[in-house]
Amino acid sequence: MGSHGIKDQVAIIGMGCTKFAEHWDKSLDDLIIDAARSTYASAGIEQPDVDAFWFGTSQSAASGLALAGPLKIQGKPVTRVENYCATGSEAMRQAAYAVASGAYDVVMAVGAEKVKDGGYQGLNAFPIPADGTQRTLTAAAMFSLILPAYSNKYGIDEDQLRYVVAKIAEKNHHNGARNPLAQFRRETSADQICEMAAVAGRLSVFDCAGVADGAAGVILCRADEAHRYTDNPLHIKALSVVAGTGAGSLDPDYDYTTLDECRWAADDAYAQAGVTDPKSEIALAEVHDCFTPTELVLMEDLGFADRGMAWSEVLAGAFDLDGRLPVNTDGGLKAFGHPVGASGLRMLYEVWLQLRGEAPDDRRIPVTDRTLGLTHNLGGYPGEMVSFVGIYGTEPG
Amino acid sequence: MRGVIAAGAYIPRGRLDRSEITATFGKGGGSGTRSVASYDEDTTTMGAEAARCVLRDSTNFDADSLWFATSSPAYLEKTNAAAIHAALRLPRSVGALDLGGAIRSGIGALRTALNSRGTTLVVASDMRDGLVTSMDEAAGGDGASAVLVGDDSAGPVIAEYIGSGVVTDEILERWRIPGGRRSRTWEERFSEAAYAPLIDQAFADALADSAISADDIDHLIMTGLHQRAVSRNRRRLGVDDAKVADDLSRSIGNTGTAHPTLLLAATLEHAEPGETIMVMMLADGVEVIVLRATEAITAHKSAISVETQLTQAAPISYGKFLSWRGRVDIEPPNRPAPNRPSAAAAHRRADWKFGFVGTRDRSSGMIHMPPARVSQKGGAVDDMEEAPMADAAGTIASFTIDKLVYSPSPPVVFAVVDFDGGGRAPIELTDVEPDEVRIGDRVEPTFRRLFTSDEIHNYFWKVRPLRTSATDEDR
Repeated sequence: MGSHGIKDQVAIIGMGCTKFAEHWDKSLDDLIIDAARSTYASAGIEQPDVDAFWFGTSQSAASGLALAGPLKIQGKPVTRVENYCATGSEAMRQAAYAVASGAYDVVMAVGAEKVKDGGYQGLNAFPIPADGTQRTLTAAAMFSLILPAYSNKYGIDEDQLRYVVAKIAEKNHHNGARNPLAQFRRETSADQICEMAAVAGRLSVFDCAGVADGAAGVILCRADEAHRYTDNPLHIKALSVVAGTGAGSLDPDYDYTTLDECRWAADDAYAQAGVTDPKSEIALAEVHDCFTPTELVLMEDLGFADRGMAWSEVLAGAFDLDGRLPVNTDGGLKAFGHPVGASGLRMLYEVWLQLRGEAPDDRRIPVTDRTLGLTHNLGGYPGEMVSFVGIYGTEPG
Repeated sequence: MRGVIAAGAYIPRGRLDRSEITATFGKGGGSGTRSVASYDEDTTTMGAEAARCVLRDSTNFDADSLWFATSSPAYLEKTNAAAIHAALRLPRSVGALDLGGAIRSGIGALRTALNSRGTTLVVASDMRDGLVTSMDEAAGGDGASAVLVGDDSAGPVIAEYIGSGVVTDEILERWRIPGGRRSRTWEERFSEAAYAPLIDQAFADALADSAISADDIDHLIMTGLHQRAVSRNRRRLGVDDAKVADDLSRSIGNTGTAHPTLLLAATLEHAEPGETIMVMMLADGVEVIVLRATEAITAHKSAISVETQLTQAAPISYGKFLSWRGRVDIEPPNRPAPNRPSAAAAHRRADWKFGFVGTRDRSSGMIHMPPARVSQKGGAVDDMEEAPMADAAGTIASFTIDKLVYSPSPPVVFAVVDFDGGGRAPIELTDVEPDEVRIGDRVEPTFRRLFTSDEIHNYFWKVRPLRTSATDEDR
C-alpha cells in the first residue's frame, strides 16, 4: 500500500485555453469546441487520434454527453468529472492515470464552465435537498475567516494584514494585465483595494476571483511516445488529491490559519516528485487564489514560506513575477477569472507556456535552472475542502 | 395542591421607540418603546425560547401535555406546538396542541390546565402588528410566556391555584379575518361600557370561588387589548393602585395572547409567600385566575428573568421594523434565495435541526455537530451517544460578516463557535451589532427561523450573545 504516483510515465503534448470572460455570445458548447480545437492544434493531432476523454465541469452540464455531443466524438469513452473547484485538475488526473495504466495511448481532458448564464453575481452552489441546517454563507465569507484568525495567531495588526492580502491582488492584477486571455487586464494598487467597501469580513470584491466563462484542454500520452508529437513536452512528476473530512467545522483544534488538505496534498506530491525543497526547486507555481487570504496561507501550506511568515514574504515581493518564486504569473483566479471546471487546466496551461518559454515577454519568469512547475487547485472552504497539487517538469526522469 | 410549578417569559431583544413612528409619518406612535421580534423569530420560536426558560428552571420536569396559544400562528393546519415540542426534546408521548386564533386562548389555556389533571406546559406567544401609524402597531408588543402547571407531586408548586371566574359574551369589539394584515375594532366607548358588567360578574365569581375579598389581593394583573376598557374599568374592582402590576406597556407593549401569563411570570419573580395574585383578561368576556404564592416561591428562579430581559434590549429602527414585518420590501442581495428544506431529511434529523443535539464519540469524547456515525477522531463507527448542545454556552473562535449572501435581513454575521465542554459549529449569529462582534465573545444557542422557502419555515439554531445578569443571582 502507498501513494506511488506516476512520475515520468505520462507526458503533456498539447494544451489550449479560451479567453476567460463574460462570454455573453458563447455557449458552453462554443467554449468546449474552441478549447478542444486549439488543444488538438497544439498537439498537432486530430480528434480521432484521441482514444478517451474526460470532461470536467462543476455545474454547467452533466455526463460525458456534454462533451461527446458538441464535439461529435464517435464511439469513444467520455467521462464527466466533478470535484468542486478542483474539477479541471481532477479530469486531467483521471486522464493521466488512464494512460499510465496502459489502457489508452492518447487521451484528452477538457474543463469548461458557463457561469454567467445563471443571472446572479458570484458562484452559486447547486441546491441538493437537505434538512435546512446547512450553512449558506458565501465562499468569500468562509475564506474571510482566515484573516482575523491569522492576525490573532501571529500578532499581526488587522489593518496591516488587510494590506498584505491586497498586495496579493495587486500582484495578480499586474500579471493579468500582461495576459491577453485574462478576464481583467487592468492593474490596480493595494491602496486602492484597501479603500474599497468590505463585502465579506474585511474582503472587498477585488479580493475575490473573477467570475468568468471559459474552457481549457490538455492532451496526454505515454512519456515514451511524447517525442512523436513535440520536441518539448512536459512530464508529469506528481498528481495528488486530498478530500478533507470537514474536520475544521468540527474540531476546535483547527484554527483557520492553514488549509490541512492543501498541506497533505503538497506533501504527497513532493514525495511523488522527489522534491525536498520546494522553495529552491519550483520555478513557478499557479495556486488557487480564489480569495486573497487563500493565496497567503497557501504560500505556507505549499512550503514556499515559513509558517507565520508568508505575510512578510508577500510584502518583500517574493512571489512577484520577478521574485524568488513567481506565483500566479498569468493573473491567477483573481485576474484570469474562474470558470470553475476550467481553472485547473488553465493553471497547467500557464506552466506549459512558462516552462516551454512561450509566455509573452512581458510576463515571462526570470531565467532559471529550475525545471519544475506546480499547480494547486482546491474546492470547498477552510476546514472542509478538496485539494489538488500537480508537479510538472521539462526533463524526463 | 395544584398550581404553577414554574413560569418564565421570552422578550425579544429589539425595542422600537414609538416616537420614531410619529417622526416618520406625523401621526401614530407615542411615547415609550415596544418589543420587536427579530426577522428570524416568529410566535413558534419565541414560544420555544419561553418554554426553554421554564424547563431549564424546573428539574425533573415530566409534562403530559404541551399547549401552545397564539393569535399569530406560523402555520395553520400544521401543529406549531410540535416544533416547540421538538425544540424542547420532549418525549413523543407528550401531547402537543395548538389553541389558535383568539387572543383569549392564552389565559384560557392556563385556566383549563389549572382545572385539569396531570402536568401541562402552557405556552403563549404573540406578535402584535397593525397598519402603519395604527394604535395596534404602537401599543402592541412581541413576546412569549410559559407556565408549567401541575400538582405538587410533579414539583414544588410556587403559586397555588385557588379560584377562577369566567364570563363569555359575544361582543364585536375586535376582529380580524384569517390572513388579514390588520385587526379592526368597534368604537371603543361601546366596548368599554359592554365590558363593565362582565368584569363585575367575573370578579365577583372569582372572589367567591377563591373565598377571598378584594382587599386580599396583593398583585392585580389586569390586561386586554382594549386599553381603555382595562384602565377605566379597573377602578370598579376597588383594588388599591399600589397593588396593580406594571402592565409593561411603556417598555414592551401589549403582547396580546401572551400578555397575561407574561405579566404573571414577571409578578412571580417578586411575589412573597402567602401573597394573592389575580390575573384578569378582557377578551370576548372576562377570564380571571386567582393564585396564592407558596413558600416554594422563594426558591423560584427563571433561567432569564423578565426583569433582566427588560433591560437587555437594543433599539430597532422603524425602517427595520417595517421591513421585518413585511410592510416595506427591501432590495435583497442579488443571490438566489435558499432552497426549501426537505421534509424527509428534516424528519430524519429532527434531533439536530430542532433539538440542537449532536453526537459524542464514546471512545474519543469528541462532539460532532451535526451528528455523525463515524468519529472524526479515531474513526470509531456507530459508537456515539447524544450530545445535547442547546444549553451549552460557547466562545467565538473566528467570525465574518457576509454582505453578499441571501438573508431576510442582510448582512449575515457568522461565527465559528467552540462550545464549553467540547464541540465546534460554524453558525450564524443573531441579536448582535455586526461591528461589535469580537473573537472571544461569549454566546449561547437560540432557536430561530432561518428563512421561509416555498411556504416552509426553516427552523434551526443560531447563537446570540450570552444573556446573564446579576439580577438573576438573587431574588
